[in-house]
Parts: sequence; C-alpha cells; structure tokens
Amino acid sequence: MRSADTIFALSSGAPPAAIAIIRISGTEAFAAVEHMAGELPLPRNASLRTLRDPESRETLDDALVLLFPGPNSATGENLAELHLHGGRAVVRAVERTLGAIPGLRQAEAGEFTRRAFAHGRMDLNEAEGLADLLSAETEWQRRAATRMMQGSFSAQIETWRSEILKLSAMVEADLDFSDEDDVESAGNPYITDAISIMAQSISTLLDQPPAEKLRDGLRVVLGGPPNSGKSTLLNALVGRDAAIVSEIAGTTRDRIEVPLALGGVPLLLVDTAGVHDESEDQIEQIGIDRARDAFSAADILLWLGPEGEAPIHSYLIEIDAKSDVSNRMGKSEIAISLSAETGTGLSELKSAIVDAARDMLPPADSFAVNARQRALLAACREELRNAVQSIDGLVVAEHLRQVRLCFDALTGRAATEDMLDMLFGRFCIGK
Amino acid sequence: MNKSRYCSTWNISVDYPLLTALDGWSKGDSNMAQNFDIIVVGGGHAGTEAAAVAARMGARVALVSFDKDTIGAMSCNPAIGGLGKGHLVREVDAFDGLIGRAADDAAIHYRMLNASKGAAVQGPRIQADRKLFKASIQRQLAAMPNLHVVAGEAAALLFAPGGSSRVTGLALADGSEINSKAVILATGTFLGGKLFRGEERLTGGRIGENAAHILAQQIRGAGLPMARLKTGTPPRLDGRTIDWSKLPQQPSDDGLWTMSMLTRERINPQLFCAITRTNEHTHDIIRSGLDRSPLFGGDIEGQGPRYCPSIEDKIHRFGDRDGHQVFLEPEGLDSYLIYPNGISTSLPVDIQDAMVRSMAGLENCTIAVPGYAVEYDHIDPRALDHGLAVQGFDGLYCAGQINGTTGYEEAAAQGLIAGMAAACAVLEREGPEINRSNSYMAVMVDDLVLQGVTEPYRMLTARAEYRLRLRADNAATRLTPFALAVGCVGQERTASFRERENCRAEIMSELTANVSADALLRMGVDVKRDAGRMPRFDWLRFPTVQITELLDVAPPSEDVPRGTSRYDAALLSEIEQDGRYAPYLDRQDAEIRNLAANERIALPAHLDYMDMPGLSKEMSERLSAARPASLAEAARVRGVTPAALAVILVHAKRGEVSVRQEQAA
Repeated sequence: MRSADTIFALSSGAPPAAIAIIRISGTEAFAAVEHMAGELPLPRNASLRTLRDPESRETLDDALVLLFPGPNSATGENLAELHLHGGRAVVRAVERTLGAIPGLRQAEAGEFTRRAFAHGRMDLNEAEGLADLLSAETEWQRRAATRMMQGSFSAQIETWRSEILKLSAMVEADLDFSDEDDVESAGNPYITDAISIMAQSISTLLDQPPAEKLRDGLRVVLGGPPNSGKSTLLNALVGRDAAIVSEIAGTTRDRIEVPLALGGVPLLLVDTAGVHDESEDQIEQIGIDRARDAFSAADILLWLGPEGEAPIHSYLIEIDAKSDVSNRMGKSEIAISLSAETGTGLSELKSAIVDAARDMLPPADSFAVNARQRALLAACREELRNAVQSIDGLVVAEHLRQVRLCFDALTGRAATEDMLDMLFGRFCIGK
Repeated sequence: MNKSRYCSTWNISVDYPLLTALDGWSKGDSNMAQNFDIIVVGGGHAGTEAAAVAARMGARVALVSFDKDTIGAMSCNPAIGGLGKGHLVREVDAFDGLIGRAADDAAIHYRMLNASKGAAVQGPRIQADRKLFKASIQRQLAAMPNLHVVAGEAAALLFAPGGSSRVTGLALADGSEINSKAVILATGTFLGGKLFRGEERLTGGRIGENAAHILAQQIRGAGLPMARLKTGTPPRLDGRTIDWSKLPQQPSDDGLWTMSMLTRERINPQLFCAITRTNEHTHDIIRSGLDRSPLFGGDIEGQGPRYCPSIEDKIHRFGDRDGHQVFLEPEGLDSYLIYPNGISTSLPVDIQDAMVRSMAGLENCTIAVPGYAVEYDHIDPRALDHGLAVQGFDGLYCAGQINGTTGYEEAAAQGLIAGMAAACAVLEREGPEINRSNSYMAVMVDDLVLQGVTEPYRMLTARAEYRLRLRADNAATRLTPFALAVGCVGQERTASFRERENCRAEIMSELTANVSADALLRMGVDVKRDAGRMPRFDWLRFPTVQITELLDVAPPSEDVPRGTSRYDAALLSEIEQDGRYAPYLDRQDAEIRNLAANERIALPAHLDYMDMPGLSKEMSERLSAARPASLAEAARVRGVTPAALAVILVHAKRGEVSVRQEQAA
C-alpha cells in the first residue's frame, strides 16, 4: 500500500461538538501536516499548532496535532490526527484545505479499516466485529440508496448518466469505428452542444441551496462594532443567555453559534466579536479575524453597526439596535428598529429572517444535494467544461471518462460495459 | 437451389483452419523426441505465438498441428491490425513475437487507421498476402532450434496417475504419446463447431475422428463452464470478374511505418483496395432471403459479435440505413480472390449471389467461395487465471478463440500470454508485471477472466481506461523491458531496443533544458508570448509545438530514409506524443497508484462469496464466477461497490486466519 493515495476523513462524530478529530493516513500524511502546521511535533506527543491554509496563510484553527509513524499505527501507515475545535465551519475549512493538497483525498467508506486490514493491524476478533459492522453499513447503504433511487435526485442523475453514456458512445464510436464508415460521425458541434447543456444543468443544480442548509441551518451572522448589542440581540432571539453580555466592549472574543428554528426554518445564529480597526489584544484580534470570516460565510448578515459600514454582503439586514438607548445616532427607515431589552421590533426582524430564508433553502418539493454529491457534480461540471474546450476526440473521451467515474461514484455503478452496450445499441458498427 | 454444386466448395476450407479444425487425419511423426517442457496444440495465431515465446525463453516445445502446411494460415480476413488490434500486434512484437514481422513480410497494403486523430487511437493495419504470411510464420518457427513441429491430431490429455489434475502430456490419434510439464490448447473452434449456410449444415462430427472427440469430451467432462458463440465470414469473390474501373480505390498509404519495430522497410509491391456499397436493391434481396437464414430461423443459438454483425443482421437491426460500405480487399499478390469486408453472411448461396451482383462494380461478379456462419463452444474464460491457466488443473492452459475471443491479434496476444506463463512455470521464472495500465494484452486478459464474454471478444480502444498511455507507437517502450526481464527477446531486438533507449535518453536529456516563449517565438514556433519559461518537454503539450523545433534537428520527411537522420523519426514522434498528453497522464497516475495498491491485496481462491452478508445475489454470483485474485480485481467485477469491497476484504482476512488455525491444529 506504500504508493497509494493519502486519505483523510473526520473520524469523530458529526459536528458541532466540543472537538472534532480528523485523521490523515498515508505516505503524505506528515508532509500534509507540515504544510498546514509548520514544524512537526515528536511522534506520539500531543502538541498545539496553528493550522493555516498553505496557500493563503489564513488561520484555520488552533489544533492539537498527533503523529503516529507507520507501521505501528492504527492503519499501519503514517497516521496523523488533528484535534480541532468542533465547529462545522472549522472542520469544513480543514477538510477543504487537505483536499487541495496534491496526493490527498477524502477517504471512501471503510477505507481506513481496509488499510488497517491490509497492513495486518487487526486481529481476528476485531475483524469479526467489523465484518458485522460493515455488512450492517452496506445494508444501510443499500436501504439509503433505495430511498434515494425513488427520489427525483436519482432520477436526474440517471438522466445525466445515460446522456453521458450516449455522448461517450458517440465519441468512442468515432474513435474506434470511424474508418469503417458505419458510424455517421455526429460531428463535434452536436457533442459539444450537448456537453455544454449538461454542464449548464449541473450548474443550475449546484446553484440551488445545498442540502446541508436544511440540515445545518442557514447561517445568520450578527455583526457590528464592539458593544453594538449583538450578543443581547442573539439572546433575545434565542431566549437564553447563550452569549456573554457585559458592558465591557469586546466581551465576545470568539464566535458563538446557536441553532434555532424560526417558523419551521432551521437557522444557525452566529455571534461574532465586535469588529474595529485595531486591537492591542492579540486574542481579540484573532476574534476579529474570525468575525470577518463569519461574515463571508453568512447567508444572512444582521448588521448592527453604523449604516452603510457593513461588509459587502448579498443579504444584509440593517438593524437599529438599542433603540431604547438615548443619546445615539439612529438609522434610516430601511433598518429594522428594535430594542432587545423591551422586545420592540423583534417579531418584525423574525419575519424578515424567515422571508429571506424561504428564498435560500431548497424548495420543499425539490431535492437537495449534499456536500459529497456537490463535490462530485462540481467535478463533473469541470470535466465537461474542459471537454468542450478540446477538439481532440481522445481528450474529450478522457474527460467524459472522468465524468463517468464521477457518476459511478454517485450511483455506485460501473460504466465501461454500459457505455459499450450503448455504443453497440446505437450504431450499426463493424464489418 | 443446387446444393451439390456448392458442397464441393467445403473442401476449399483447407486454407481456413476455422474449418480444418473440423477435419481429422492422422499424420503422427514417430521419429522424434517424445519429451518436452511444453506442448502447444494448434498452429493458428495463438498456438504459434505460444510455442514461439516458450521456445525463445529456452523451453523445449512441441507444436502439434493437424497439418504442418496449415501452420500460420489466416482463416478469415486477409488483414492484420486495426484499431485496438494494431496495438495488440505491436505489443506482441514488443515481446519479440511473430505476428508483427509476419505481417510486414506479407503486407501488400499499409493503412494507418485514424491517422487524423490522436496517436493513442491510431491503428496500424495491413492487408496480407495469405501465402506470404503463412510462409513467414513457418520460416520463423523453423529457425527455432528447441521448437519441434509435430504433425498429428491431438486425441487426449494425459494426466498423472491416481486421478491427478496434473497434466503430463498428450496422446495423439495414431496412438503415440508425447510428454510434457504443460499443455496449451489453442485449438480455435474445434469444440462443437457447426457450419451454417442457408439450409445447409455441416457439423464437426461428420469428418472428425473419434479421437478429436475424446479431447473434446475431456474438456467437457472437466466441469469447465462452457458457452456457445457464433461468427461468420463473407463470400470470397473472383477479382477477375469485378469491374474495378467503376469503384473508388484506396491506395496503400505512403508512410514509412511498419508493423514490427525490427522491419527496416516495406518490401512487397503494394496493391489498392476498392470500395463499393450495398443499396436498397441489395437490402431487398437480403430481406427476401431472411426466412431461409439460419440466423433468423432460430437454428443458431450462439451470440454473434455486435461489432461485426452479418449483413443480414445489419439490415434487420438498422433497416433505415440506405447502404453499407463494403471494402474489397485483395487476398494476395498472385491470388485473384477478393475478400468483401462488410458482408459476412450465412444466407443461402443463391441469395448471396444476387446480393453481391446488386452492388456497383460487382454486376458480373462470381463468388469463388460462399460465406457461412460458424457456431462453436468456448470455455467461459472466467475459469482461467491471468496467465490463462485453467484453474483446478496443474499445467493446462487455453489461448485464442477457445476462450471466446475473435481475431488473429487477440489470439496472438493470448498465445503470447499463455506461452509465457507456461514457460515461466516450467522454468521457474517470474512472469512479467503486465496490467491494465501498461498494456492492451492485460486489459484483454483481465476482461476475459473477470467479466467473461457474452459475444466473441474483440479488442477496442474504448476498453482501455488508460488508453492515452497505451499507444501503438510506444509498445516497445512500454513492454520490451518486461520482455527482456523474462528472457524472451532475441539478440537482434535486444540490440535494437538498447540503441533506441540510448537515443531516447539523449533526446530526453536535451528536452529537460528550459526554454522561454520569447526564445521559441524568435525561432518561429507558434506559442503564446505570455506562456513563460519551462522545460522543453513541457512545451510539447501545445499542439503547435513540434519536437523537431525543440531539438534543433531536421524534421522527418519522406526524402530522408529512416536511420539517416540523427534520431529515428518514429522515436521522435513517440516522445512528441508523450509530451502532448503528459498533463492527462499525470492525472491518471493517482488512479493507477490506487489500482496498484489494491492489486497487492490478495484474495484467497476458496473465498465463498455466496454466503457473504452485505453482497447482493448478483454481486455474489459474478464474484463466484470471476474468482478475483486481488481486491483490485474484485473492484473491477461489474456492480461491486466500495462498501462491498470492505466486506470482501474482512472475509478474506478472516479466511486466512482460520486456514492458519486449521493448519496449526
């Protein structure tokens, strides 16, 4: 297994949780950690490291890093564990960064286990137990797949899949049989058009709100300068003391995330550190940086700062908070005016959020696509766009093969034989 | 219809081993050494390559054939190569095989198929003079001191005493026995062959001796899974009765390429092919005979090849087409026979006559031998391992059409694989590490032993996932190192390959130097000014950049004979193509690395897929038939999911432990 890809996956439960553990296994595991964390800790010594994106140097998280050199690791390969703060955004950011490192990819179902077996790291008893577990997993997958198959998502994938098989068959027919004249070469324009259309439909699907929005909730981020009343508003919306509220500016040094349902719409309220230009306090500065990240990840931004000074955002609600405090500069009429103390304007804000949310969530009568499916579909679209760029049938065929691999991963079916069936079913080929 | 008029024409079949496989006679040669390492049964394309590669490796080989004279005969179309098939020829050639050189010795028309497309799907193809081809194969075999041709009919396999499954040799129909450590069956369609032409039937049993029957019975009795397939051949035309002036001609191409790397230049006079077409009238004639066709009367049960349908199949399935192209291919320099490629048929002879005469240029054409269909049994190749050894036997191999394939090239490649595997077993050598990422041969064998066949298997470039790296022009580079390691390469090729590799190293070292877009523009190379600076080799990914521009050597031209310029034009073009697709090859590397990792995880042969929880019934059945030897192979069996692989692996490991415990106890 020495030369196999290095794999990674979230190995603890689904976030949010107190901590999240990402495991990385394979030859490149330590190099990947070094990319993100700088100097490597000693093997089997838990050490605190700041993880950064190797490209942008953006801070991802402060994490405990543990290294287990192979072959005496759980998988028998070099194995690294990153103990992160257990927020979804943190986990996602680290996963995204790992995925961008060449030679690394997300582990498939059961792959850590498979590697552990392959390296003889499990004894018979463990294998027995795992066999049951894994067959349970496949049974679960089967049922899950059956459920999906009845859904419109699978129907859509199946339509695309058969379209791509048809296009592949046309390209392959042109490559393998054109000299026999039995193939009426459909010519590039037809194929190119069909490929572009499919890329466009995939885009349309990808533009729809992802399934996680429904599962995890829309991110409603509260932003503004210190002491503008963000935490007070959060508490008012939630109805409990989730964020620390005090008169001292800069109390909320880190982000606070609270799940909440309003009118049946799942939301994730995110309180942020007050944003101001300079902070002497290093920790507060980190909080401010994170707040800025939170703004860009927000679905809805509630801005409590001075009107017009909010970060640019596609869905911004200006809030005139602390309306019961005298001696303050009010906002214009566009803003929702409210007092968290008295509850004035709170229901107006709630219905504004719910209205906004309706546009951002997957329509109830449609299907939603989860992150794994989105990643595969985005890869499909990328391959399709590249295919359109090429005039070399061989290269087009290679891109379409990659698309077929992606659809295979989505549907769990193998395509080469299906493509040949399509090829021979459609064309009168051969001498 | 006058049946008797045509019955005599069955005898023309002597030229066609497809048919001679059904003939029987006894010409056993008793004056020879009776002890060999390997016996090969059958002198077709699979048998000759199998015998030759084993002999090149140093094994003592007996090649048993009905008739010494038919060894190396071409049974169907007079052509070698094509798309996918040309790749196989070059790959066999890379192992110093026979077929490439024989093709060049016999070539009377060269054509690079797909010449306008990317190099990976270009397919070298030649028209061969049948006599010259056969003569070349026989000449090459005669030059091998440890290969003996035994004229005789294989009657039965010999096994070690006590009901052993270890093969010890072969009994011939004349009662003599020859001994060996391995036997390779390359007998084509000898099992249950049945010929069809209109209402006429000819079964193998008619002329076949009882002896051939015993071998067939042994195969059938061995519990091997069998299935039935069908193939066909078109009528042969008398070229003297064709009006060539009416037809567009296709001359041999004017390139310098050859089928074998060792062939210096083309030697034979080149003939042209011509093209005619079927038309509505032809189709009407065919439809009028469909009720007398064995294909449509339900007489033929075997599945025919979808990619090589009979003309009646084409008309039946794709009736809206107004015509189908027919290539008129010469069968030899001194033969008037013409092979009309595209009208394979088993229609009655009168219909065949009318059909042929309905086409332009063929109005007065005479059929020399009518076409026919052949139905035959084959072994389900899933009973074989990747060396084409029959599982459950010790020393028994099968190669060629008997495994459900079609085509000379597919047969030759299997012969090479089986011959090499048998010789490696006998001589205790490591076999070459060929796999789907380095050869079409391995793609074919892997497809056969894992997926089985539902129609005669023909190589297509679409079957190879890693097609971009498996080009016909780089077969030697890909495979000759394996061939050298296994010891099947003669002196001439060894020297020529080493020289080529030295040149390659020189060229590659020149190509590592950086060059900027500006410098290239000054030299008149068409590149984008802002493309920057990179190693010369990396510039090759742009189709406008020629390797000769980067190396400062004269571009190859027709005026410069091969070998006179500083570097061989074929080698330059190969490296240029490597560069063209380099970005895609790099991307595929990760895919291939995973494949290799899973390839190293062995699955035991006794694994019981039927009672493995978590596998669907269909998956269990396919896995049971395929018996994958590694996790990667299991992954390639149709319909197997990643989660299923985890289950398989757990069970495999569990099996290993319990076997160990049993052994300890």
